[in-house]
This record gives sequence, C-alpha cells and structure tokens, in this order.
Amino acid sequence: MGEGLEAVELLRRRFPDAEVDAGTFREQAWIELKPEQLVECAEWLKDDPQTAFDCLLDTTAVHWPEREPPIEIVIHLYSYRRNDRLRIKVRAPLTGPVPSLAGVWRAAEWNERETYDMFGVHFAGHPDLRRILMPDDYTDFPLRKEFPLYRG
Amino acid sequence: MADLKQAAIERHPDHPDLVTINMGPSHPATHGVLRLVLRLDGERVVDCVPHLGYLHRGMEKIAENRTYLQFIPYTDRMDYLSPLAANVGFALAVEELLGIEVPPRCQAVRVLCCELARIGSHLLWLGTHALDLGAATVFFHTFKDREWHYDLVEDLTGARLTTSFSRVGGVMHDVEPKWVERLREYAEAMPRRVDDYESLLTKNTIWLKRTQGVGCMTVAQALDYGVTGPVLRAAGLEHDLRKARPYSGYERYAFDVPTGTQGDIYDRYLVRLEEMRQSCRILIQAIRELPDGPVHVDDPKIFLPSKQRVLTSMEELIHQFMIVTEGFECPAGEVYHATEVPKGELGFYIVSTGGRSPYRLRIRSPSFNNLAILPAIVGGGLVADVIANIASLDPVMGEVDR
Repeated sequence: MGEGLEAVELLRRRFPDAEVDAGTFREQAWIELKPEQLVECAEWLKDDPQTAFDCLLDTTAVHWPEREPPIEIVIHLYSYRRNDRLRIKVRAPLTGPVPSLAGVWRAAEWNERETYDMFGVHFAGHPDLRRILMPDDYTDFPLRKEFPLYRG
Repeated sequence: MADLKQAAIERHPDHPDLVTINMGPSHPATHGVLRLVLRLDGERVVDCVPHLGYLHRGMEKIAENRTYLQFIPYTDRMDYLSPLAANVGFALAVEELLGIEVPPRCQAVRVLCCELARIGSHLLWLGTHALDLGAATVFFHTFKDREWHYDLVEDLTGARLTTSFSRVGGVMHDVEPKWVERLREYAEAMPRRVDDYESLLTKNTIWLKRTQGVGCMTVAQALDYGVTGPVLRAAGLEHDLRKARPYSGYERYAFDVPTGTQGDIYDRYLVRLEEMRQSCRILIQAIRELPDGPVHVDDPKIFLPSKQRVLTSMEELIHQFMIVTEGFECPAGEVYHATEVPKGELGFYIVSTGGRSPYRLRIRSPSFNNLAILPAIVGGGLVADVIANIASLDPVMGEVDR
C-alpha cells in the first residue's frame, strides 16, 4: 500500500487540468500542480471526506538553478483520519509569487515564512511574510544553491 | 529575529495602558534562546510575537555539503535533550532512501534508545516546568534521576549529549548484557519515581490553579497549527506515529497512548507523565524480547566493518577508508520519513540526485510547529501564564532554529 496514491487518483479525477507531473518513489506518491490551482486543490484535499488532509506537516522548497522555473515548493500533508500522507509540489520563479496556503492551514504561516527567509520566494496572500530565522536586515537567502557555505 | 535595540519596556503612545515588554532571548523561563515581545494590558497579554533564530546554525545548508554519515552528529544538536531519538529518525530516513532494513536486534536496540531518550527529555521538561511555576522540589528530584539517565547514555555511547549512536544501516556497537541489566533496573524503578513526582504535583492546589484551564487548545486548533506529539494528544486526539505508522519494530510492543480532554497545561502534564510510564513498559518488553544477531546491515559499502576485520583484511580496510573519506552512494529519489520523538513528529525530507550527500535535506521539526500555536494560547491570558505555556509546549530551541 503506497502513501498518497489514492489521493493523487482522486485529485486527478476532481481536477483533471491541475496536474503538471506526478510520480512515486519508495511507495511515496507526489503530484505537481499548476500554481493557479494550488489553493483550490488544497481546500478540496482538506475538506473532502475521501482525502481529509486535516494537517499540513511542512512547507519547504528545493532550488534547481539549471531548471526553469528554478524553485520547487514542496508541501507535505497528513490526514489523521485516514493515516495517509501526500506530497504536493508547485514550480515557481526564483522570487515567486506562489499562492499562500496560510488561509487553508495555519501551519503554513510559519513554514512559508521560513521558506521565504531561506529561498526568497514570495507567498501571495500570506498575512505576515517576514523573515523568521535570519535577522530582519539580512539580505541573502542562504538555502539558494549559489549561496556559498564558506566565505573566506 | 528583530532589532534588539528596541526598548525593553515601551508604552503605546495612543493607548497608555498598553505596555510592550521584551522577554528573552536570554531568560531562564524561555528554555533556551526564545524571544517574545509581549503587549500587555495590565497583567493581561494582548499580543505575543515570538522571535526565533538565535540558535540558527543552518543545518539544512550544512547537510548539502556533508555525506549522510557526517550529518549524524548534527542530529545530536537539534533536540539536544533527546539526541538518541533524533539519530534514529535520521538513520531511518536515509535507510528508507537506500531501501534497506536493519536486522531485528538493531531495531530493538533503537527502540531502547528512543524510549530512553523520551524518559530523559520528559524528566527535564517536568523539572524545569515545575521550577518555572515555583515548585523547586520537583526539579531536584527529576535532575537526580536525569543523572541516572545520563549515566546510562554515557555508558552506552561514551557521551552524555553528543551520542551519534544510530548510524545509517545500524547502531555504533552492540549493547552489553551488563548495560541492558542496568537499563532494566532503571525501567523498573522509574514508574515509582513518576508516582513520587505525581505526589508532589497532581493534587497540589497551587499546581492545579496554575495549570487547569490555562492555555487550552482544541483538537481542530492543534491540527490547524500542525501541532504534534504530547501537546496534540493532550488536546484529545489519540495519535502516535509509533502506533499509526510503526517503525523500528514498534508494532511488537504493547503500550497505551495517553490522551487528555481539555488540552490545557494540566492535561499536557498528565499525558507526558503517562508517556514516561509507557516508555518504561516498552523498555521492559524490548529488553525481555531482545533478539540475538547483528546490530547492523551486512553491507560493507554502507556500514563500517568491525575493527578486527579492518586490521586483518585488505578488502575491509578499503571499505572503511571509502566510507570514512567519501561516504556511500544513495540512489536518486526523494523520501519523507517521520518518527515520534519526545516532542512530536520529527520528519526528514531528503532529496537525492544520487551521490554521497543529499541535494536537499529538510528537517520538519516538531518544536518549530508546536511553538507556532503559542501566541494563540497565551492571548488574553495572564503574563505569568506565558511562562507556564512555554514550558508545557516543551520547545527546544536547537530544534526550532536548527
């Protein structure tokens, strides 16, 4: 039994145009969605009793400098009711914007702030998009690939 | 993080009754370097804004420049109150990426590590929580027992804090029968010690007044903020990854998942105390059923060969050299693996493009997400309860800031 496979199937049936790409590795399913349909899909994933993803575990990003667009937002959802996980991805330009999910799950609020802080991706519709770990006057985005580990 | 030059106490120009005060980052009751900016109306908290990052070491960035094995010591320094459990969580995530499973004895030893870590972490939480609320006696008792805990950790790993005991594909070395026997004595004695702590607090009028009905949260609220672990269970949801998605052989042990009903500080207190008893239960079962066999996978490309073999065989010497200097190859792919650590769900999301270090490592820390609910539960309450609430969420800043 794989993680999130059923949910990906259901999502495909409900939003046939939203999918960009999908895959499975080690029985963990992921689906990449079009950014403009992210919030709509997220709301459905949360509210529909068949998927019931009542919790957002984590939001983060991966920087792929050689790809266009280079930022991949990765969201992990968990359904306590069905004991299932799902990984959603969205592609975005280096500085965003990406639709914020803070209105769907409050947990996205701090996680998106951290993603902004580390990658410089803007989340559209976020209520309070400030740096969270780095100082307010900091200008770099440390988890971008071009940021060096040592500066000597 | 925000400007530290901000005045410690500031009056609002339009609302002279509102006072803004700064709490932390160096404050004994913030359990590390957490800074809160509180806006108060008399004794009431109008607004609470947490500022994090004082312990940010950029672990996720560091991981991209280290081999998988070299990252294990960094997991010690996340939740530094339960490094044994974090080691296991990371090792399991990499093993999932590699598609390997460790032998039964290794799984059981890891369970011993995780539960020992849980008891140790909860002992510190209880002692400091009680101390924050003025019950200093409890602190002395739990710290005495924590010394016992650390003696066991030290004899197992050689270190009190920087354990690095679980490695990818196994554990550092096998456990000695004498040590297991001492662990059994500990696990048999601890439930009575927990009863002793309870006799100091559970029916203590001051403790009840400070904790009951304070810092309440509902299950829906907890889920919305991504709260996990004992804090979520205290709100009333019976969920534990060790039951829901067993790893490392947890399905073999009988234990209960305690829950609360009110989601207040008192419930979080009761849930964690019961978890300590259940951890002892698991420890005793795991010790009784400790299987024989190796404590690591039989793959010299992943796990270090024994010193004996390194000194006698050319092949093994090469394997050791390669693992230490270059690490091992992981297949391209991505996994998310989570374990139930004392604080909640600790997840590792590893993106690999093949090769010897992760392309991206994301640490989903339970303390970070649990702390996010703090402003919601302290708003409208008394300023003294802020301290009680922080302690009852049990955040570890090493894990919040990473």
